[in-house]
Amino acid sequence: MTLRDSAPLRTSLIGLICIAILLLAGTAMPRWLTFLLTMSFANGIVALGIMLLMRSGVVSFGQGLVFATGGYTAALGFGMLGINDGLLLTLGGGLVAALVAAPFAWLIARYRGIFFAMLTLALSMVLYGVLVKSTVFGGSDGLNIGRVSYLGMRPADAWVSYANYAVTVVVVGIASILMRVYFDSVRGLVALSARDNEIRVEYLGSSVQSLIATNFIIAAFCGGVGGALAVIALGHIEPDYSYWTRSGDFVFVAILAGHHSVLAAFIASVALELVRSFSSAYFPHSWQLAMGLFLLAVIRFLPTGIGSLWAARARSSSTQRGAA
Amino acid sequence: MSTSSAIVARGLQKKFGAVTAADDLQIEIAHGARVSLIGSNGAGKTTFVNMLTGYIKPDAGEILLDGRSIIGLAPRQIARLGVARSFQIPQLYKDLSVQDNLLAAIAAQQSALSFWRPANHPESVARAHEILQRFDLLVHADRLVSELPGGVRKLLDIAMALTRQPTVLLLDEPTSGVSADEKFPMMDTVMRALEGSRTTVLFVEHDMDIVARYSERVIAFYSGRIIADGIAEVALAMPDVKRYVTGEMIAVNDHA
Repeated sequence: MTLRDSAPLRTSLIGLICIAILLLAGTAMPRWLTFLLTMSFANGIVALGIMLLMRSGVVSFGQGLVFATGGYTAALGFGMLGINDGLLLTLGGGLVAALVAAPFAWLIARYRGIFFAMLTLALSMVLYGVLVKSTVFGGSDGLNIGRVSYLGMRPADAWVSYANYAVTVVVVGIASILMRVYFDSVRGLVALSARDNEIRVEYLGSSVQSLIATNFIIAAFCGGVGGALAVIALGHIEPDYSYWTRSGDFVFVAILAGHHSVLAAFIASVALELVRSFSSAYFPHSWQLAMGLFLLAVIRFLPTGIGSLWAARARSSSTQRGAA
Repeated sequence: MSTSSAIVARGLQKKFGAVTAADDLQIEIAHGARVSLIGSNGAGKTTFVNMLTGYIKPDAGEILLDGRSIIGLAPRQIARLGVARSFQIPQLYKDLSVQDNLLAAIAAQQSALSFWRPANHPESVARAHEILQRFDLLVHADRLVSELPGGVRKLLDIAMALTRQPTVLLLDEPTSGVSADEKFPMMDTVMRALEGSRTTVLFVEHDMDIVARYSERVIAFYSGRIIADGIAEVALAMPDVKRYVTGEMIAVNDHA
């Protein structure tokens, strides 16, 4: 087996090492930092779904739809069905979000540019309207979720934050490994080439609509998983999860990250949480200004995202697919 | 007409408003043939190519590819049946390297696109290198397409079409935009790359030097009809061809 032949294996190995380092580092972190990273990683996997769509040439402005679906699924699963296992709730959040997205996938995949973005945004706002008005979803107050267990183990009070962090790291880490393998795969390259030239892809025998629809469903799964993880960490969900400004946050992270690197999605998400946390603490009425300036600087100096910093360096014969 | 031919077109009709772009076209092309489609702007040759690739549907008539009707199929379905094409303006992935363009072309033709198999699997890379070698493009393998000169882009465009080992290869003005010095070496490279294959090659071409040198048969279009069909030197010498095609030859693309 040559080095190239072992690409999925190598990617998995690097990913597992990163997961192990983060798990170890988490034991020495202050609680506020583990919580911040938990939320960053939960949001990062949603942005990773947008990155997947960006790689096939479209951007969703409505990932709040699947984020909220995942979150409400976890909350309802806990409160109404009595499911206490955080991993089951997370998986359920992803699956239900994918199921919600699936009926729209092939229709939405016919559109491009602003039409694709607006259709996804419209769907998320429809859900927002339903959530606000519906009593089963707790109306505008939302739903609470209690402390979950993991694989039958209920963490002690002092370890709850770390347990949520560790599970988030493992779940998001495995999803990231799979996503990197997908980016580097045959299908991943065809999707990336569709971003560049759809006509050519069609005349070579592949369906761009099918590629985008599939990626839309995968992105929905990622969004649902992120929503469930965030709700488990926060203990509460409300309709704002589906509001367009929440979707805007995910797009912000995805643009910041670019479409080259999986790792960049999480770096960008952590950067957003850090800027948001510290700006709102020290400049409570002007943190959006700091965010805007930050985004402007990235667009000006790194138009294809922070991932381009190391993706460009890694370019050899396998140009944009070799980055971590 | 024999259905064992690579392409059989019967009674093809296509109108765009008052303009007749295809008027009862009857065309049969054998496997392995090298055929030029010529005609002035609006003559109907591009319409024929577009019907053959599924880009537009004829109003009437049928097209058989290897004996199988392809009317109503989408371009990607026709591509999967063995019709490949290059474009007058090369349709490449400009943000990818030359090698990755080839790998993407090889990847796109797999019937079930794998989520797992690396696109740069050694077998795919070897295949990409073999094709690049045939087109003298191996030296450019690591360069981004956006950095390439026009002639190299043209060759890469044709090389990508050939990854599928097609039954029919359509070359839409393969030498347009290429300098006079480069066009014959470029076509020599293309023909060398096709040597030994059973691929039927159709050129849409305005350059009569290219037509005369590289095609065995010429089909001349005028006003949606075929006004000449025969071996190159005979067809090019026909009065109607001189009058309606070569006498008025201009270097503008036919968009009919």
